Amino acid sequence: MAVSTAVFDDAFIPVQGGNAIPLEDIAPWAVLGTLLAVIFIYFVSTEQGAFSLFQGMYVHEFVHDGRHLLGFPCH
Amino acid sequence: MTKDLLWRGMLAGILGALLATLFARGFAEPQIDLAIGYEESHSAHDAPSGHAGMAMPHAGTPAEPQEEELVSRDTQKGAGLVTALVLYGAAVGGIFSLVFAYGYGRMGHLGPRSFALMLAALTFALVVLVPAIKYPQTPPAVGKHETVALRTAAYFGMIALSLGAAVVAARIRSALARPGRGFDATLLGLVIYLGLVGLGQFLLPAVNEVPTDFPAVLLWNFRVASIGTQLVLWATIGLAFGLWAERVLQKAKS
Repeated sequence: MAVSTAVFDDAFIPVQGGNAIPLEDIAPWAVLGTLLAVIFIYFVSTEQGAFSLFQGMYVHEFVHDGRHLLGFPCH
Repeated sequence: MTKDLLWRGMLAGILGALLATLFARGFAEPQIDLAIGYEESHSAHDAPSGHAGMAMPHAGTPAEPQEEELVSRDTQKGAGLVTALVLYGAAVGGIFSLVFAYGYGRMGHLGPRSFALMLAALTFALVVLVPAIKYPQTPPAVGKHETVALRTAAYFGMIALSLGAAVVAARIRSALARPGRGFDATLLGLVIYLGLVGLGQFLLPAVNEVPTDFPAVLLWNFRVASIGTQLVLWATIGLAFGLWAERVLQKAKS
């Protein structure tokens, strides 16, 4: 941690008396956040490409450039 | 506490996505336009398959030039690009904040800004750079429709492998670390990570679908612009989220 003390020198801030955020506090938000992320990433990366929930190519064509740029196989 | 971090993470991802969109408009879109130009000039006399409009592996219908007008190029470059990047940014920003919430104080005792930046740099390497070595980003006109499902699965598999290998390596590192010998444990962890990723790269299917006369410089420029777009996104997430997380933690302390 020599580099961190010399360059990135912001101090550790304790979490409400403890050292870390309790897992019970994280768990429900982890479920929500992961669910949202899976839905978002699915539509950007896969819908109307490898899988199709909806007919047509509109979603595919709409996110076309982003899909290429983010490295997902587009077509 | 986690709630505050989660929505700040998604916000940092959206901010990063907006900046990444600006970068992409400047550096990546010209390459995409060139690739589409190449595609159109070739699909005119080739078999009617190499077209941007079609990606259904089993559609069976030949692609027609009109298909592309389903969404105009201007929409793809504007609203489409920004929507795709913002959705992606919000998603990865949210996940990032959850990993931060778990790791802060558990993976070392770095300050929040340092930890956020380190985590973002690590994620960029694990999720963007390492998978791209096996499956690099491809512009339009590269890639066959028939294999899109396989390539999508392989690409996600490569990302999962990279992340999984990193977790295994970190576990082994912390199990073996002795006071004063952390350096050796870190080296061993790195070797384990590289070994696992190398093995996975060897086992995963190879993709070799660049048309033989596709311009090499265009391919390179597109890939650099693509990695640059991700770099802007992850740098913003690391820096912006670090600032916001520091404030959240300070407020909670007092």
